[in-house]
Amino acid sequence: MLNVSLSPHVHSGNSTQKCMLQVLIGLTPALLWSFYQFGLGAVIITLASVAFCLLFEFLITRFMLKAPSSLGDLSAVVTGVLLAFNVPSNLPIWIIAIGALVAIGVGKMVYGGLGSNIFNPALVGRVFLLVAYPVQMTSWPTQAGYADVETGATPLSIIKRIANGETGLDVPAFMDSLLGVTGGSLGEVSAIALLLGGIYMIVRKTITWHIPVSILLSALVFGFLFYGFDVQLALDQLVCGGMMLGAIFMATDYVSSPMNSRGQLLYGCCIGFLTIVIRRYGAYPEGMSFAILIMNAFTPLINKYVKPQRFGVVKK
Amino acid sequence: MKTFKLGGVHPAANKLSAGAPIQVAAVPAMVAIPMAQNLGAPSKAIVAKGDKVKVGTVIGEPGGFLSSFVHSSVSGTVDKVDVVEDATGKKVPAVFIKVEGDEWEETIDRSQTIDRNIKLDKQQIIDKVKEMGIVGMGGATFPTQVKLTPPPTAKPECVIINAVECEPYLTSDHSLMLAHPEEICIGVQILEKAMGVNKAYIGIEANKPDAIELMKKTAAAGFPEIEIVPLQLKYPQGGEKQLINAVIGKEVPSGGLPIATGALVQNVGTAFAVYEAVQKNKPLIERIVTVTGKSVAKPGNFLTRLGVPVADLIQAAGGVPEDTGKIISGGPMMGKAMPDTNSYVVKGCSGILIMKNAEARRKEAGPCIRCGKCVQACPMGLQPNFLARYSELNLLDEAEEERVYDCIECGSCQFSCPANRPLLDWIRQGKPKVMGILRQRAADAKAKADAEKAAKEAAAAK
Repeated sequence: MLNVSLSPHVHSGNSTQKCMLQVLIGLTPALLWSFYQFGLGAVIITLASVAFCLLFEFLITRFMLKAPSSLGDLSAVVTGVLLAFNVPSNLPIWIIAIGALVAIGVGKMVYGGLGSNIFNPALVGRVFLLVAYPVQMTSWPTQAGYADVETGATPLSIIKRIANGETGLDVPAFMDSLLGVTGGSLGEVSAIALLLGGIYMIVRKTITWHIPVSILLSALVFGFLFYGFDVQLALDQLVCGGMMLGAIFMATDYVSSPMNSRGQLLYGCCIGFLTIVIRRYGAYPEGMSFAILIMNAFTPLINKYVKPQRFGVVKK
Repeated sequence: MKTFKLGGVHPAANKLSAGAPIQVAAVPAMVAIPMAQNLGAPSKAIVAKGDKVKVGTVIGEPGGFLSSFVHSSVSGTVDKVDVVEDATGKKVPAVFIKVEGDEWEETIDRSQTIDRNIKLDKQQIIDKVKEMGIVGMGGATFPTQVKLTPPPTAKPECVIINAVECEPYLTSDHSLMLAHPEEICIGVQILEKAMGVNKAYIGIEANKPDAIELMKKTAAAGFPEIEIVPLQLKYPQGGEKQLINAVIGKEVPSGGLPIATGALVQNVGTAFAVYEAVQKNKPLIERIVTVTGKSVAKPGNFLTRLGVPVADLIQAAGGVPEDTGKIISGGPMMGKAMPDTNSYVVKGCSGILIMKNAEARRKEAGPCIRCGKCVQACPMGLQPNFLARYSELNLLDEAEEERVYDCIECGSCQFSCPANRPLLDWIRQGKPKVMGILRQRAADAKAKADAEKAAKEAAAAK
C-alpha cells in the first residue's frame, strides 16, 4: 500500500525538542558563568529547579491531565533553567519547589500545557515568589557559596537610589555588569554571556533579532529620557538587572510572544518602555519581569491586529 | 544575487539525476493517452476503435476555451477509447493505441537543423501553439495559447522564463537546458514575438552553474535581448509570483493576473515545446521526465512519449525498489502522491519521485508552540498557523480576513513546522470554501448592479 498523503512530502526535520535544545545551548554560557560567580549555590538552585519542574510536569500530565508524557519536548527543562536564572543563588530549596509548582502548574498546565499558556511560565513562578517571599527573593549574594553567603545591593537598587536623589553613591561600573561580577539573580548577572547565547540562537535561527533588539533599543532610548539624559545611567539599564536575560531569553518565549516580526517589534518596544518606567518610577528596582508579563497579556491582541507584510497588497 | 522578498525555505536539493544525459525511453506495445492533460476543460477524443494514427495525428480536440488539442505520440491503431486513472487516481477518458512502427506525420520536420528564422507573425504563432497542443510544462498545464492572449488592458513588457526548478530532486529542466540551449533561446524569441515585446529573462537558480554558463554563452551569440538571471537558492522561487518578484522586483497584485506586472512567465520546457511547434511543426507528443529517489537504482532524465505507462518508465530507472512507501508525480514539495503506478505519462508530468517507507511517513503532530516559523516561511506574507486553525474550526470570516485566498499552497509552512502540524492540509479545506464565498459575493453584487441598471433604464424609458 502506498502512502497518499498530501504535499509537502518532505519536512525540515526541525522539532519542538530541537528548538528547546537550542535554547538550552544558548543558556549555557550564562549558566557556566553563574557556576563560576555563585559557586555551589548556583549548581544547587539550577538542579533543584529543573528537577522540580520536570517532576511537576510529569505528575500533572500523568495524574491530572491523564495525557502522554510531555517531558521529551524539553520545555520543562527550559522553564526550570529560566526559573533558576531568575532567583538569588541562596534561595532555600523549598521555595524553589514552590516556584516550580507555580511555574509549571499555574503558568502552563492549567491552560492545557505547552502552546496554550498566555504567560511565560518561568516568570509566573518568579513573580509569585517575589510577591510571596520578598525577603528571600531580594537578598542578593555577592560571592560564591550557598548557605550563609554575604549579600549586598544590586547595581539596579543603587541606580534607583541615585536617580531618587541620594548622594555619595558610586554609579555602578558598566564593565562589572557587562562581565557579571555583581550581585543579582543567578543567571542575569553576566550581560556578555547572555549576549553570546543570544547571538548563537539568532545565528541558528532559533529566534529572530526582532524582540531582543527592539527591547534593548527602546530601553536605551527611554532610559536616556527618564534618567535625566544621563548616557552612563542609560547604558547601565542595558547591562544591569534582568534586561539581557529578559530581552534574549524570557521575552522571546515562543508561546507567549507575538508571531510575526512587526508584532514582535511593537511588543519589544513596549517591554523596553515598561521596564524603564517601572525601574524609574515603580516600587521595585527591577521591572523586566512585570513588563514582559504585561506584554504577554497583550500578545493575543497584537496577533489579532498587527499583520505581517503581505505579498501583492499595496497600501492605499 | 536576486531572490524573492518574503519568506521561503531551503529543502535539501537531492538532485540525484543532475547532469545525467537525457535517455530516450522505449516505446511500449500500447500507450494510453489521457484526454485530460491540461488545466481547464478536458479534450474530446475524435478517434474511434480501428482508426489508424501516425505520430502527431490529432486524436483530441479542445473541450472548451481553456482546453487543448491532444496528438498521438505513436503510430498504430486505436484499440479503444476507455477510462484510465490519472496520477491522483481520478478517472479520465483516454485513447488506447496499439503501437505499429514509428511513422510520423509528413508535416513534422524531424531534421536536427536549428532554424533561427521565425517566419510566423504574432497571431500565426498563437494559432500554431494552440494547434500543436502546447501547455505549461512546469506542471500547471495551463493552455499556452490562452496565456499568450492576455486581456486587452494588459501591457506586456517582457517574457520571463522559469528555469528555476526549485523543487528538490527534479532535473528535467536542467537537462533540457544542457541539451538544447539554442532551441530554448529561439523559443523565447517566438514567445517575445507572440507578446509583442523585445525583452526576456531566463531565471535559473544558482545550483545549476553549468546551465547558467551555457545559457549565457548561447544568449550572447545572437540573442542580445535575452538576459540570464542567476537566482539565489530558495523555495518556492519557481512559483510564478515569486519568480516575477525575484527577476523584475514587481509584485503580482492579490487577486490579479501575473501579466499585470508586464511579465509573461513560461516554463523553459514550454519555450522548447514552442520552438518545436512553431519552427518544426511538431506537436507536443513527448517530454522529459525525471525518475528519481534515494532508493532508485538508476535515477535519470527520460525523453518519454506521452501515454507511456508510468510503471514502464519506473522500470527503465531500475524498477520500483522494495520498501517503497510513496510514489509522487512531480517534486516533493508540491507533487501529488500516486495511489499506484497504473497511470500514464501526461504533458504536466515533470518527474516521478520514489520515497522509501521511512521517508513517506509523517511524524506525529504536536501542539502549536506559536514559534512563528510558518509565518517566517510564508512567501505570501500570510500567517499559516491562523489559517490552519480557522479552517479547522470553519471560521471562514476570520480565514478571509487572514487572506487565505492568497495561499499558493507551496507547503513552506508545513515543511518548517517544528510541531509537524498538517498546516496545509487544513488550509486546503478552508481555502476553497472562502473562494466560493468570494465568487458568490461577486456574482450577487453583479446581479444586483444589473437589476438596478435595468430598473433605472426602465424608469428612464417611461
